[in-house]
Amino acid sequence: MFIIGERINGMFKDIAQAIKDEDPRAVQEWARKQDISGARYLDINTGPASKDPVRTMRWLVEVTQEASDLPLALDSTNYDAIEAGLEVCKRPAMINSVPAEWPKMERVFTLAKKFNSSVIGLAMNEQGIPKDADTRVALAMELVACADSYGIPMEDLYIDPLVLPCNVGQDHGPEVMMTLRQIKLLADPSPRTVVGLSNISQGTKSRELINRVFAVMGVANGLDAAVADACDHELIESIATSRIIMNIDIYCDSYVDVYRKQK
Amino acid sequence: MAFNAVKEKYRSKVGEVVLGATKEQGGTRAYTITVGGEAALPFLHFEGDIPNRPVVALEIWDVEPTDWNDCFKPFYADVWNDPAAWAKKCVEEFGADLIVLRFKGADPDIKDASPEDCAKVVKDVLAAVGCPLVVIGCGKPEKDNLVLPLVAETAAGENLLLGVAEQDNYKSLTAACMVHKHNIIAQSPIDINICKQLNILITDMNLPANRIVIDPTIAALGYGVEYGYSIMERARNGALQGDNMLGMPMIGNVGFEVWRTKEANASAADFPAWGEQETRGILWEATTAMALLQAGIDVVVMRHPKAATLIKQNIEELMVKTSFDE
Repeated sequence: MFIIGERINGMFKDIAQAIKDEDPRAVQEWARKQDISGARYLDINTGPASKDPVRTMRWLVEVTQEASDLPLALDSTNYDAIEAGLEVCKRPAMINSVPAEWPKMERVFTLAKKFNSSVIGLAMNEQGIPKDADTRVALAMELVACADSYGIPMEDLYIDPLVLPCNVGQDHGPEVMMTLRQIKLLADPSPRTVVGLSNISQGTKSRELINRVFAVMGVANGLDAAVADACDHELIESIATSRIIMNIDIYCDSYVDVYRKQK
Repeated sequence: MAFNAVKEKYRSKVGEVVLGATKEQGGTRAYTITVGGEAALPFLHFEGDIPNRPVVALEIWDVEPTDWNDCFKPFYADVWNDPAAWAKKCVEEFGADLIVLRFKGADPDIKDASPEDCAKVVKDVLAAVGCPLVVIGCGKPEKDNLVLPLVAETAAGENLLLGVAEQDNYKSLTAACMVHKHNIIAQSPIDINICKQLNILITDMNLPANRIVIDPTIAALGYGVEYGYSIMERARNGALQGDNMLGMPMIGNVGFEVWRTKEANASAADFPAWGEQETRGILWEATTAMALLQAGIDVVVMRHPKAATLIKQNIEELMVKTSFDE
């Protein structure tokens, strides 16, 4: 499992201010920090502060790329903003995200094909987030079939089973774990999986602990990626260790460092 | 229905290491040898590019090897007092791709040859042959840490492969390879975890990964070749799946291990059912090497010229693409 660093997001005050002032310093500092700490992608989200998401996305992509060579995950529900960002990405990016809905899938998979991007597909549709694993898997299958029809390779499709805060949607936890396992059976080669890690701990008092434990359980259930706090060193250490336990990486004494540097 | 080969997709490939340097590159070698670079498991040409064939080295010593089986005498007795002549014969008569010079004579318990003596031998051998050279110490760290840095200095520019670095003794050799621009053999005791860790330690000293050759330590057929095989196999799978700290070419001292075994050395008089000794020894050595080729070995260090010939032939056959290899 690798981390998509979540910090360049207009929801955070310092980034919102940076966007407002068009001052790249905070953005670039977080780009570098997350890169060194062990992120493999950097999520870019314009947030609610931006009046012009298309312009903001392009600017964020450009200034982030000046500070880090990591590939980017363009995070927006505004597909024009995503397209504007993709146009200036130096490396194949990730589109974050698309639900199993028409015509959104059409727009996003066309963009993915054109820009050689990977895509995060959400296991939800107009009816919202499913309650059980079976419905999630059915929606995942729709995403798989649609991606395939656009010629997107399965290793470029990341399905997000959608995680709810454990203090509100406690019954979703086991369903998400089951979904992660079943998604792997949908195709061969199988699609990948991703979660927005911090959702699990929203509104709780032990956010980091809950995030870390969920991440480890995710690895045990085949989770491939998470949008998460790359600067939480104990999270990185926990993931690196769970990869050793699951025989994903070969053990050596410096395995945490190796994981951190793996790009 | 047409047959479709199922192809495995790999994320990464093995790094390439260049051995030797020509005049233009600052050395005196007639040619260089590139090892590694595999983008698939051994000889599965249909799954990925295998750009460089495994190479066959013959092993020579700086002293007369008094404990070698008599069957080596017809080949080497006229030259083993003279490492330069020995090397020349291995290349010119026996077709070795490269030479492994082992400084057995530097061992304090054997001849205790001085670092200066060893450096001179390296110079003589380099003058006698045009192939890239591998130099291995006597195996006693306190002595090797004196010998190998001087060898590295004397042969600066030749891009040797020097060994061995171990987890408890890698700093002085790594430093020597850094300063004088040579490659290093990173040896681990049949242990994938130490193998990986040692590569990390060496690269942490800023020697680039493309200057490291892994010696995972191998054993002869009947003495645990399967352990060496498993380690090589695991390292190679790791490399292809993107583990850069295992993505180096591999070397194995096949002749050295095989010719310590009873099966290679025992006379037909003592074991009539085992058949003629020399043929048996040659086959024991060639079979061990063949197994390791299938695990991903890149530099096979042989001892008997006839076993080396067999292995070269085997490699050539394995490098021919089949009808599945488009």
